[in-house]
Amino acid sequence: MHLSPDDIIFWQFGLFKLNATIVYTWALMLVLVLGSRLITARLSGGHRRSAWQNLLEIIVCMMEKQLGEIGLAHPQRYLGFIGTLFLFVAAATLSTVIPGFEAPTGSLSTTVALAACVMVAVPMYGIRDQGLRGYLQTYLEPTWIMLPFNLISEVSRTLALAVRLFGNMMSGAMIIGILLAITPFLFPIVMTLLGLLTGMVQAYIFSILAAVYIAAATRTRKLRPQSST
Amino acid sequence: MLIDWFTVAAQVLNFVVLVWLMKRFLYRPILRAIAAREQLIAAQLAAAAGQKAEAQRERAEFEAKNQAFEAQRASLLSEAVAQVQLERQRLLESARQAAATMSAKHQQALRNDADKLNQALAQRVQHEVFAIARKALADLADCSLEERLVAVFIEQLQGLEASAQQQLAEAIALGTEPVLLRSAFELPAAQRRLLQDALNHCFAGEIALRFERKAELLGGIELSCNGQRLAWSISDYLQALQQGVDELLQAQPTAATQP
Repeated sequence: MHLSPDDIIFWQFGLFKLNATIVYTWALMLVLVLGSRLITARLSGGHRRSAWQNLLEIIVCMMEKQLGEIGLAHPQRYLGFIGTLFLFVAAATLSTVIPGFEAPTGSLSTTVALAACVMVAVPMYGIRDQGLRGYLQTYLEPTWIMLPFNLISEVSRTLALAVRLFGNMMSGAMIIGILLAITPFLFPIVMTLLGLLTGMVQAYIFSILAAVYIAAATRTRKLRPQSST
Repeated sequence: MLIDWFTVAAQVLNFVVLVWLMKRFLYRPILRAIAAREQLIAAQLAAAAGQKAEAQRERAEFEAKNQAFEAQRASLLSEAVAQVQLERQRLLESARQAAATMSAKHQQALRNDADKLNQALAQRVQHEVFAIARKALADLADCSLEERLVAVFIEQLQGLEASAQQQLAEAIALGTEPVLLRSAFELPAAQRRLLQDALNHCFAGEIALRFERKAELLGGIELSCNGQRLAWSISDYLQALQQGVDELLQAQPTAATQP
């Protein structure tokens, strides 16, 4: 029994290797991109549209609305990043129902990579929105004494993001694996449904937290003039 | 070791590529489609608002036209009513005039008829009177009517007042034409001679006479010369008779109404 799909290695050449995490990620990417491409190839700007287009529009609009509610001024600007985070994690969760498929989010390497992306994206959006100086000043808020704590929080929240997702995804897969070995059919099915639910919740939590961090990094300057008045 | 750093790097790269692909194939087309639809809806709403405004404008215009039409209709109607009244008055007036004219004509015709009837009656009466008188004279006095008429006329001539006789004599003396002596009947030669003698005697000279018969003279003799006239007829008797008859006729309807 593998603890992580990283351990299933299909091909290796020195440092380069092709493990299950990467391969299944590619498969998910292929499904997501091809699905989107198929649906958006015949988009209609009029009143009549296909059910698939309706579904995609509902998902995109819902994500946009959520981002707006969190406090992001221009949700469409962050939709690509946060929306893809959500869709990728959700697709990975849904893919666990396919027998033999290892969700790439069950690997700590993947969740670390996603958390690292968030860790990079937050200052990037912050700097783009309020400049390098303005962004760096947020680390000295409310006083310079808070600088080390702000830095620690930056690293710890990234770690928390990675470990939370990994723990939830891996535990689900692990529990199903263990239960399949020791109990009859019914219980693992229930656990699979529970795993799907927690997986979807995790996808939501992961993307919402990323959005909150980005919002916190971009909103500071906008709040300052209001607090000074 | 749970974390494989090569895998982490590969996944970061994968994720970045996925973000780019999803942006390219999902978010951008979807957002563009939504924006296009919103634009379409906005355009349709604007068009609908425009149409509504246009409809309201047209409605207001129509109502204004309707009111103007109503006002015009009312004024035309009142004008027509006034014209009809005038025309009615005019027609009534002309009808009244026509009726009056016709009535006058009718009355005139009645009068004419009555006159004609009177005339015919008078002539008839005259003839009858002459016939009776002639017969009565012939039966009672063995004398003709013509003889008596001529005798009476000669008596009247001789009994003329001096002034009247003078005027007549002057007229006869001034006249260039012979004295005209008209009678209702043809005078016999004896009577003509008597009349000639009487005139010669009365005006002391030979008087040229011209005899003429005129039935309308109502059984009399008339001498006319240069505007002077001497006549005797039974018209006075006839007028008295007509008066008597008229009185009788007027008395009859009143007697009929008072039974």
